[in-house]
Amino acid sequence: MQAEVKQNDQEVKHAEHSEFVSFTVAGQAFCLKITQIREIRRWSPVTILPHAPADVLGVMNLRGAVIPIYDLSARFGLQQTEASERNVVIVVSVHGKPVGLLAESVSEIISINPDDIQDTPPVDSRNTMEYIQGIISHDDTMVRIINLDAVISAPEQVMP
Amino acid sequence: MSGSIQDTFFEECEELLEATDEGLTAIEGGDHNPEVVNAIFRAVHSIKGGAGAFGLDDLVAFAHRFETVFDEVRSNRLELDEKLVQLLLRSSDHLSALVEAARDGGQIDEAHHDTLLAALDEYTPDEEEDLTFEPMGLGGPAPMMDLGDLGAAPAAPQEETYRIRFQPLKEMYGTGNEPFFLFQALRDMGDLAVTLDENELPGFDTMDMDESYLAWDLVLVTKEPRSVVEAVFEFVEGLCELSIAGDGDAEAEANALAALDAMFTAPPAAGSADGEAAAAPFEPPVPAPEPEAKPAAAEEKASAPKAESGKQEQRGGPKPTLRVELERVDRLINAVGELIINHSMLAQQIANLNVSDTRDVETELEGFKNLARDIQEGVMAIRAQPVKPLFQRMARIVREASAATGKTCKLVTEGENTEVDKTVIERLSDPLTHILRNAVDHGVEKPEDRTAAGKQTTGEIRLSASHRSGSVCIEIRDDGAGVNRPRVKQIAIEKGLIPENAELTDGEIDNLLFAPGFSTAKEISNLSGRGVGMDVVKNAVTGLGGRINISSAPGKGSTFTIILPLTLAVMDGMVVSVADQTMVVPITSIVETMRGSDDMINSLGADGTLLSIRGNFVPICDVARALGLYRESDRQAGVYLLVETETGQRCALAVDDIHDQRQVVIKSLDGVCGEIPGVAAATILGDGKIAMILDPESIIAASPTAAAFDTERRLSNAS
Amino acid sequence: MKTKVLAIDDSRTIRNLLAATLEEAGFEYHCAVDGREGVDMYPDVDPDVVITDINMPNLDGFGVIEELRGEGINSKVPILVLTTESAPELKARARGAGATGWITKPFDDASLIFALKRVTGAAA
Repeated sequence: MQAEVKQNDQEVKHAEHSEFVSFTVAGQAFCLKITQIREIRRWSPVTILPHAPADVLGVMNLRGAVIPIYDLSARFGLQQTEASERNVVIVVSVHGKPVGLLAESVSEIISINPDDIQDTPPVDSRNTMEYIQGIISHDDTMVRIINLDAVISAPEQVMP
Repeated sequence: MSGSIQDTFFEECEELLEATDEGLTAIEGGDHNPEVVNAIFRAVHSIKGGAGAFGLDDLVAFAHRFETVFDEVRSNRLELDEKLVQLLLRSSDHLSALVEAARDGGQIDEAHHDTLLAALDEYTPDEEEDLTFEPMGLGGPAPMMDLGDLGAAPAAPQEETYRIRFQPLKEMYGTGNEPFFLFQALRDMGDLAVTLDENELPGFDTMDMDESYLAWDLVLVTKEPRSVVEAVFEFVEGLCELSIAGDGDAEAEANALAALDAMFTAPPAAGSADGEAAAAPFEPPVPAPEPEAKPAAAEEKASAPKAESGKQEQRGGPKPTLRVELERVDRLINAVGELIINHSMLAQQIANLNVSDTRDVETELEGFKNLARDIQEGVMAIRAQPVKPLFQRMARIVREASAATGKTCKLVTEGENTEVDKTVIERLSDPLTHILRNAVDHGVEKPEDRTAAGKQTTGEIRLSASHRSGSVCIEIRDDGAGVNRPRVKQIAIEKGLIPENAELTDGEIDNLLFAPGFSTAKEISNLSGRGVGMDVVKNAVTGLGGRINISSAPGKGSTFTIILPLTLAVMDGMVVSVADQTMVVPITSIVETMRGSDDMINSLGADGTLLSIRGNFVPICDVARALGLYRESDRQAGVYLLVETETGQRCALAVDDIHDQRQVVIKSLDGVCGEIPGVAAATILGDGKIAMILDPESIIAASPTAAAFDTERRLSNAS
Repeated sequence: MKTKVLAIDDSRTIRNLLAATLEEAGFEYHCAVDGREGVDMYPDVDPDVVITDINMPNLDGFGVIEELRGEGINSKVPILVLTTESAPELKARARGAGATGWITKPFDDASLIFALKRVTGAAA
């Protein structure tokens, strides 16, 4: 009887763990919940959107759909990425629409216990603060959890 | 009630309202064909029937009143004069409003509602007092309620014994009523004993096969009230001799029969509950002439049913149709788009192969291409719809606008069967509404002014649709006063849209109406104004990949011409290179393409350049610059696309190279990014890359040279 | 064996309502969009009962009853008239043509089933 209860407890704990995909942007480690990611593609040159802000790289053909590609680094207020074949595009779904995010490279899948997520300590860069919903320590590295909704606001607002 | 059934109801209402409008428009045009009147009656009747099922009482009541008037008309008791036709048209509009209110939960104009009801009442017979739409099915409202309680036990149900004598008349056997089933229904209510009385059955040789000889004596013990027992015999009332005697209740028999009699024959004064049902004859008494005409018609139909249905088809009866979810069609359209892209990819791959003889493959590839085109056209045709419903709605707009401005206008429509992409039709509604309101408000003169000008008092607005070389042309022509050019120019100057000394051609003045910021709303009635100018109309049209033009003749009227692409999904484009990007320019806007040499380029001012083409100077607009794109190398000896804008302004779009001309699948950038000046949409090319589809108009507008040149030209004209 | 109903009504809303009610009550439901189609469909469907509207294009309800009861088809199955009209004249006329009974629109499920039961003996 008691053993059973214990096992249940463990199961509950286990269920609370979420899997995240970690990747690097401008040398810093970030991650997104695995359920937020549709696919990860190798970078290939995109079509430039005229008059687009610096963090919008352009648009890409994803199986017949036109999807915008954002430079995460520029979005976070870091330097613009010189995109090359080594980079990856993480395709996520925001507001029901696919959106591509350019990252340097994908690292690994990590399992995170929500209890281990720490609040973002206040820092100067407001850009970064807005886009990060928490941080965790993984293998002695600080991994930043991206707040996707903040990074990609509703499409209308993306470009003034 | 299931939501989807209700959705269907509202969908159906749209169609029925269209049919009503169509019929009324025909009647207004002098077509008093009985079938037209009948069709309207049926449409309104169906709206009432459906509305009743969903308890939409306002709608039911109004549709009923409306329908009753039509019934009077179709029974030749009412003359369709001008006044009545106008009332019916307004009623039809109001019916639409009621349907909308029922669907979207909006408010209706109560005063208007009551006014129309009162006006309709004047045309209907007095007996139309009690219009409660009783949900009665069987033997009036009272048994209905009992039926509802069939499952649940009544408070203190008393078992009662009914002795029933049932003797069918021979007439009953022709009606499909079967005594056995009646008994079965009785048996379900309690204990039933059936005794067949065959005493009247004659000997076999003297028997008349059509006569009815049998009778039954039934004893039913049930907790059901008498009304339910009686209801079982509802359909055979008058077709049998029936007596129902309650346990030891001699009077009951007479009462029951009296009540039943009342149901079928009695005037309103009869039995209370049943009388109410009988007092609300939705259909006034069948008129005298009809029964005479009917048998002949029925005979004809019976003798040649096939011929009849054949005739119906020839008369343009509805073709069989299939209702398909729009999403499925759109999926198909996407797939076909992919197919076309896939074809160009294949073609490119094959061209890249290092094979000496690709002729066979190319032949097959050509076949593939043609098939893909065929499929594409077929799929596009699915989305195509006639503009008729849209035009019919516009008739309503004109009526409303006329009423609001005290003018008399009629809308004449042409080419209603012209088919246009569904989305185009949907998005045309607002611009057309605005143009038509404008035409009534500003175009058509007041009746007295028209008379003074020697015109008919009723203004005519002509709305037409036609196909014109791969495009759809919608024209709105009024026979009003035309654009008041001095006034328009003055307003434009006041609003700083043009310099005070600007010398404009008539066409240029007319086009000022489309200029952003030119809304003459402030001194105009609230009807067409509402702070929205014609620039919004223009944006809506260009948003559909179309163009809008105005031409006007003082004293004679104005014409707005809207040219739209047949489909929103594909277009013919010129593939060009701009700053290492591949882009597409719509063929429709290109007048000619040329390679320019240095000596054709002339500087104007510090920055501007003009291209000389056969002695004419045309401003050059560098597409890369207009799009804010950075070009690595200096511009090579330019390649130019000569384009013409709405205002007739020409401009040479400088690009880096021209590749080929091809059909491209349009991919909207809605939801991908905001509006980009100079870009209309995107497409996917043969190599899988996305290319921007350019909007020459907005590129030119964004180009300082072209804009400056335009102003200078005006100023030079002025001096 | 399910009881087969052929419903003839030009209103899609009514057809849908009938379909929902009848199918839930265990009837086999067939429908036609006007009188002509109803009469044409009749031999193939071979229904146990017909429900018909009165006001319809191409062939109205009276025409339907007359043709079904007429020489060509000589149908003996019950025909119920579904109508918003409750005028006695109309009922008399329908019955004169050979209608079995009538159901007044808007109908409620219970009375519809009850009416069908009385003319077909269907268990419902």
